[in-house]
Amino acid sequence: MSVKLFASLLESLVYTPSRNGKLRLLRHWFATAPDPDRGVGLAALAGELALKTAKPALVRDLVAGRTDPTLLALSHDYVGDFAETVALIWPERPGANQPPPGLAEVVELLELTSKADLPELIASWLDVLDASARFALIKLVTGGLRVGASARLAKTALAEWSGTALDEIEEVWHGVAPPYIPLFRWLEGKGPRPDPNGAPVFRPLMLAHPLEEKDFAALHAADWRAEWKWDGIRVQVTSGPGGARLWSRGGEDVSASFPDLAPSLTFHAVLDGELLVVREGEVAPFADLQQRLNRKAPGAKLQQQHPAMIRLYDILMDGEEDLRSLPFDARRARLEAWFARERPPLMDVSPLIPFSSMEELAAIRDGARAASIEGLMLKRADSAYVPGRVKGLWWKWKRDPLTIDAVLMYAQRGHGKRSSFYSDFTFGLWRGEELVPIGKAYSGYTDEELLWLDRWIRNNTTARFGPVREVEKELVLEVAFDAAQRSGRHKSGVALRFPRIARIRRDKPASEADRLETLMATIPD
Amino acid sequence: MLSPHPETWLCTRPEGLYCKPGDFFVDPVRPVPRAVITHGHSDHARPDHGAVLATHETLVIMRARMGKDRAGRVQQEIPYGEVLEINGVRVTLRPAGHVLGSAQVVMEWKGSRAVVSGDYKRRSDPTCAPFEPVPCDVFVTEATFALPVFRHPDPAEEIGKLLHSVALFPERTHVIGCYALGKAQRLIALLREAGWDRPVPLHGALMKLCRLYEELGVPLGPLEPATVANKALFVGNIVLAPPSAIQDRWARRLAEPVPCLASGWMRVRQRARQGGVELPLVISDHADWDELLDTCAEVQAPEIWITHGRDEALIHALAQRGQRGRALHLVGLGDDEIEDEPGGGE
Repeated sequence: MSVKLFASLLESLVYTPSRNGKLRLLRHWFATAPDPDRGVGLAALAGELALKTAKPALVRDLVAGRTDPTLLALSHDYVGDFAETVALIWPERPGANQPPPGLAEVVELLELTSKADLPELIASWLDVLDASARFALIKLVTGGLRVGASARLAKTALAEWSGTALDEIEEVWHGVAPPYIPLFRWLEGKGPRPDPNGAPVFRPLMLAHPLEEKDFAALHAADWRAEWKWDGIRVQVTSGPGGARLWSRGGEDVSASFPDLAPSLTFHAVLDGELLVVREGEVAPFADLQQRLNRKAPGAKLQQQHPAMIRLYDILMDGEEDLRSLPFDARRARLEAWFARERPPLMDVSPLIPFSSMEELAAIRDGARAASIEGLMLKRADSAYVPGRVKGLWWKWKRDPLTIDAVLMYAQRGHGKRSSFYSDFTFGLWRGEELVPIGKAYSGYTDEELLWLDRWIRNNTTARFGPVREVEKELVLEVAFDAAQRSGRHKSGVALRFPRIARIRRDKPASEADRLETLMATIPD
Repeated sequence: MLSPHPETWLCTRPEGLYCKPGDFFVDPVRPVPRAVITHGHSDHARPDHGAVLATHETLVIMRARMGKDRAGRVQQEIPYGEVLEINGVRVTLRPAGHVLGSAQVVMEWKGSRAVVSGDYKRRSDPTCAPFEPVPCDVFVTEATFALPVFRHPDPAEEIGKLLHSVALFPERTHVIGCYALGKAQRLIALLREAGWDRPVPLHGALMKLCRLYEELGVPLGPLEPATVANKALFVGNIVLAPPSAIQDRWARRLAEPVPCLASGWMRVRQRARQGGVELPLVISDHADWDELLDTCAEVQAPEIWITHGRDEALIHALAQRGQRGRALHLVGLGDDEIEDEPGGGE
């Protein structure tokens, strides 16, 4: 077992666009790779392999010592990615034929070897590996595999391979460490369930189904509780003696992006809420929150200008007491009591919306105009907190989408199954005599509509730029979206949330499509 | 008497590389009275010249691609190794190993010798004669893959990768994008060498040249048109098509196609991913970095002229080896490794 096998896994992942294809490759890895390599590979894919001493600069120096600087620079310009350039340009040494190292051995030696001896060690490995294994090794050393396989995907593959529920894996995940031998033993039925030992663990979230008309008709107001659905990021807050964490919906640790919230996490509980940027009591547009999420270590200025807070929906654990089996009403009472007792800064409780009939609730939903509200959440008063998306317990009842009539400007081919179709559409609105692109949509149409669009695009192409075609500015698309927000980063000055194609307006001439100023006028300042 | 330096009798003109005493061009990009053509790729063999001199195979290919009337008003064949005097310039063609019929043009004038290699490769290729190095005063080379990141692996290993993937996905069609002249036939021959004996379904754009190769004595085994009527053939099979077709409407007839591309460019991941390629095959009909440098050394030419490609890196590396490199910047010579025919396959 060598780095080579792991390299071929990475290579296959890179070139496999479909999620199912990637899952198949990962399942195969868990089924066939020996311990401890299998767990080291999992750690690398899940981004849990942080090597302390091996840094990108080391690889830079190594390759500089073995290649001509002009040729290296020209090659880097051409290839783009530095790790790949090094992997390809590294001079082969035909005489070096000692067996290539194993994956776990590589990681162990990288940790144990002194900084001074590290360059020689890495060079000796590069000498005996082929280009694709060199690429894998350099990626391991420099961190950031970027092979299109997230931690969540790797855990999903683990669940499918072992026949264990993903939620159960999530619950133990943060209590285990590479190379995960006890985890694999448990999944293979050969050992006990690993005990997280008080370490902060992620508990899979309860999710909602979209409410449709037929479901709505069956609802009785007395059985249901309503809350606003805030347009932020769903998070789980875990805090206790073992430490505090903020988890994203998928179980990713996002604590580092929100150091301003850390001082609030001094309690012992697990909470469910929405992460928001709030200024003077007003929830800021989603784009503001996105800026915070993109930064792994936000500066003081960003924290000050984009202040984060958490609006709480639910309580899962109070101290060591697991509340998840209690009905919603009981948990809500516990949440309010807990909040009154702890008063954590930078948090509040999302209010319940009183209503006496479903008609009244529908009117409340229709009246909500703030962009920060996506719609309503309906929760059954007697629902336990169940991980995943169980039908009939929680509903999300989004506001009716807004629509505009836009003109198709560019089209791009899709990926995977859609790779032969022009299925990604850039559309624009009129500003004076010119069309300004305002967004991209790649969903919403039926298969028949896609076929029609594909044909229309091919017959009306005016220019090609690689995979992109520019088309005659003649086709009007009705675009649905959840919210429009001002954006300094877009040429048009506006960003749409979840744009999708609602209808093809073959009947409408392009000149009668909407104007940009009409859209802007709907956005509150 | 000192022999004249080739730069006194060989020069570039807008039409292409020109031999003054012989009054002919090599691979001119626009119609000229007299042309010597190295091989049949469309960037080297253009239509409507007056007199055309080339190998038998190249002329057959030119006639098939552009029509008998446009492949030269006068068409003269010359076998490899035979000497022809044109106005006192001794002209010989030597195999270039690039595609069937491909030749280097060896020109001698008053004791000075220049070799125009055209496109070439050094790996063995069952579909054409191997490259023969000829010592010379000036060697004119291409530089398609003139960066040290380009080192082509053994093609048999790449075919092994393909067959492994076919075994892994027995319900899917592997569709390989490849150039119609040379690459397609070499791939089929490599598959046959690896023991693949199933009928190979071909996109319509490849069939004519494959048939032509067979008529010229290169056996390719059973071939079938990849028409919708032949759908049953596609499951678990390997289908060949022009690169432009493998992700386009044409490919919808295939069974869950795995898009593959055979080209030297596939060595670079980003290049492969941009094209949506799921299985890159690094199989090239051009010399890689080491082969370019080795060939330049082998022909012992003090001067290397570079027609097209990444000349900067090659000139830099040649200088370190005591050879003077010069970029000719010939326009119109391009990239036969990835050909995207506009509207191809549609």
